[in-house]
Amino acid sequence: MRPVRLSAATAVAAVAALTAVTGCTEKSEAKGGDNTVEVTATDDKCDVSETKLSAGHVELAIENKGSKVTEVYLLFPDDRIVSERENIGPGTKQKLTAEVKSGSYQIACKPGMKGDGIRQKVTVSGGKTVKRDPRLDKSVADYRAYAQEQADATLPKVKVFTDAVRKGDIEAAKKAYANSRIGWERTEPVAESFGDIDPKVDVREDGLEEGQDLAKDWTGWHRLERALWKDKKIGGREKELATRLDKDLKDWQNRVGKAEITPTSMANGAKELLDEVATGKVTGEEERYSHTDLVDFKANVEGAEKAYGLLKAVASENDPALTKELDKQFAALDKLLGEYRTGGGKDSYTFTSYDKLDKADTKELSDGVNALAEPLSKLAAAVAKSK
Amino acid sequence: MTDTTNDTGTDSAAVPDETGNDAGAASASAPSSSSPSRRSLLGWGGAGLALGAAVTGGAVAVARSGDEAVPAASAGGAVAFLGKHQAGIATPVQDRLHFAAFDVKTDDREEFVQLLKDWTKAAARMTAGHEVGEGAYGGLTEAPPDDTGEALGLKPSRLTLTIGFGPGLFEKFDLSDRRPEALVDLPKFPGDNLDKSRGGGDLCVQACADDPQVAVHAIRNLARIGFGKVAVRWSQLGFGKTSSTTPGAQTPRNLFGFKDGTRNVSGDDNSALAEHVWVGEKDGPGWMAGGSYLVARRIRMNVETWDRTSLGEQEDIFGRDKGEGAPVGKAKEHDKPFLKAMKPTSHVRLAHPDSNDGATILRRGYSFTDGTDGLGRLDAGLFFLAYQRDVRTGFIPVQRSLSRSDALNEYIQHVGSAVFAIPPGVRDKDDWWGRALFG
Repeated sequence: MRPVRLSAATAVAAVAALTAVTGCTEKSEAKGGDNTVEVTATDDKCDVSETKLSAGHVELAIENKGSKVTEVYLLFPDDRIVSERENIGPGTKQKLTAEVKSGSYQIACKPGMKGDGIRQKVTVSGGKTVKRDPRLDKSVADYRAYAQEQADATLPKVKVFTDAVRKGDIEAAKKAYANSRIGWERTEPVAESFGDIDPKVDVREDGLEEGQDLAKDWTGWHRLERALWKDKKIGGREKELATRLDKDLKDWQNRVGKAEITPTSMANGAKELLDEVATGKVTGEEERYSHTDLVDFKANVEGAEKAYGLLKAVASENDPALTKELDKQFAALDKLLGEYRTGGGKDSYTFTSYDKLDKADTKELSDGVNALAEPLSKLAAAVAKSK
Repeated sequence: MTDTTNDTGTDSAAVPDETGNDAGAASASAPSSSSPSRRSLLGWGGAGLALGAAVTGGAVAVARSGDEAVPAASAGGAVAFLGKHQAGIATPVQDRLHFAAFDVKTDDREEFVQLLKDWTKAAARMTAGHEVGEGAYGGLTEAPPDDTGEALGLKPSRLTLTIGFGPGLFEKFDLSDRRPEALVDLPKFPGDNLDKSRGGGDLCVQACADDPQVAVHAIRNLARIGFGKVAVRWSQLGFGKTSSTTPGAQTPRNLFGFKDGTRNVSGDDNSALAEHVWVGEKDGPGWMAGGSYLVARRIRMNVETWDRTSLGEQEDIFGRDKGEGAPVGKAKEHDKPFLKAMKPTSHVRLAHPDSNDGATILRRGYSFTDGTDGLGRLDAGLFFLAYQRDVRTGFIPVQRSLSRSDALNEYIQHVGSAVFAIPPGVRDKDDWWGRALFG
């Protein structure tokens, strides 16, 4: 959890710089004819009247003939959303408009508003072409898939934790705690892009605002962490909070696929994961009761490394010295972290309790983080050079 | 004045930077108008374009400061970066300090040499009042700028950057045979209470400037360039210089309210500098010729107990009067002290070269306060910096005699300590800090 949430500004700037395409769902005067696509959605079909469109203003005239509530998306090839319309009830009609440049797109209907949806390819031609590096589209799509995988894999692990809390089993809950956070920590910048989920699940005691009631308003992992390690008891409130954590994270799982992701926001997200480490983990503030900071630390670095790995091919063409340095510094930090593993082999997530580290240890970790984070802050520039 | 000279005033070469601007010379001769300042030059990449961008913004109005009231701290021009000796030793002492010691984190010699080259380039830019790299703004919006930007619009403020090599560096790169004999590890002095996290270091950079923002900016940007190769081990901010290299100027006072350092080596006394400060050709090793040795000590002062000490005792402890700074029995500050008239434990008597076989050091220290210490006591004192030709004949004998008998010891404690070999100056634009050692 960071005090300042995501790089909304960065993400927006990056989107503007990289796409220059706007999507909008407001009702505009129907242009009719030329660039209107009739979209007929049912529970198992998504029929479109046109698959070849001209660049410029596009309108999707949607009719839901199915029995489920649906939603319709106009998507870039990497799943980024150009424009969307949610909550289209059975038997209703809606319009969706967008300004598009030439290129490939997809129209997706999601009956029941779930899953990947039923997709149709459409091609837009004429006018200006959006020049995009297909490798970066793939990087974004792969990273989106990674974020989803992490969320999907996290829910069962969280359930092990929350089940233990609901059973009142302090030891089992303590054991499951750090593990339940790994997927979240790996993809934190994506998770944090939904500003409403993070304060519910990952806020620390000191993150509450004045006027908020610690007993009433503090929810999520760290509230339970305090109950387990400091108060050493599980009561009715804790059990309620466990169930609420399941629910809030379910919300995250459902929405993570819709996060706004661009190549540069991926790069800056990787850097932000290191910022998380530098401001919260290195200081031992994040896990002040459980002292499992090194698990979060490791997960943050892994998430950053994943994003970097997906961007590396492009970045190394533009700035080979930078990727060489990043490879070296990721390896060095991984090695340093490895020294704090307390058994279980090189892939285990059992780390020394953070309160056992002395000042020299934390200084060395901090130096390692700075050594990686500084070149990592240059990754977005290396990626942005090719669009 | 000798503000713009690096050593003797004879070879204060200019800094030709990548834009082709003879920045050092321009700044030195006309610091406030004709030099391209931080504000009016975006960076070295595509100078034409950068300058074009500057004139379309509000930069011109700011750069022309002739009709505005200029705060004293902003008035400082540039001190030449190139020269036989590094600036920041014999050059006039500025008002502010940011001193940083670094640990070397890489064992790759080539990588470290590249850092020294990158640092040299950045130092030449910053001392001339320019931004680092491609500047503080105007680049890609998705990426952090090269320069951190807090010195934009400020004058060079006589910034000097002085690098030093600590004992650990010679082990790190297998240079033990090139470690100067004069760079000794200091002995333990009675009363020392040294905190390792406030001492030592493989490298140091002394940033002095008339504007603290300019000094802090310089250290911050060098640290940033260095991440991964070096890491800051400790650093110290200083204010209120406690000694002067310009004897004509008023001797500054330390936090005990006394003038100290009256008889410091003068920055334009070439024979004294050659005798006591600069490493000579024959002193060895060859790479140190024109360099010096630095001892840095963080000296905590117990100001509260000092303030409760009677005036008479305070004056006895120093061996000077508090108002004028005159030695015991004399009328004027610069009157030659008669040591035997002073108490045997007085600070001036014990520190004087005549009491230490002529041992003479060039002091360049600053007062510091890092707020209070949690007990409500001012965490303050003297950040002592002394340059000398040989630590064994400079600081050590003086401190031996002081630590044994100085009456001042009741009110001070040495809590941080470090020694560095200060290599000679950067001679020309192809030269870099430490080339004589690593090249």
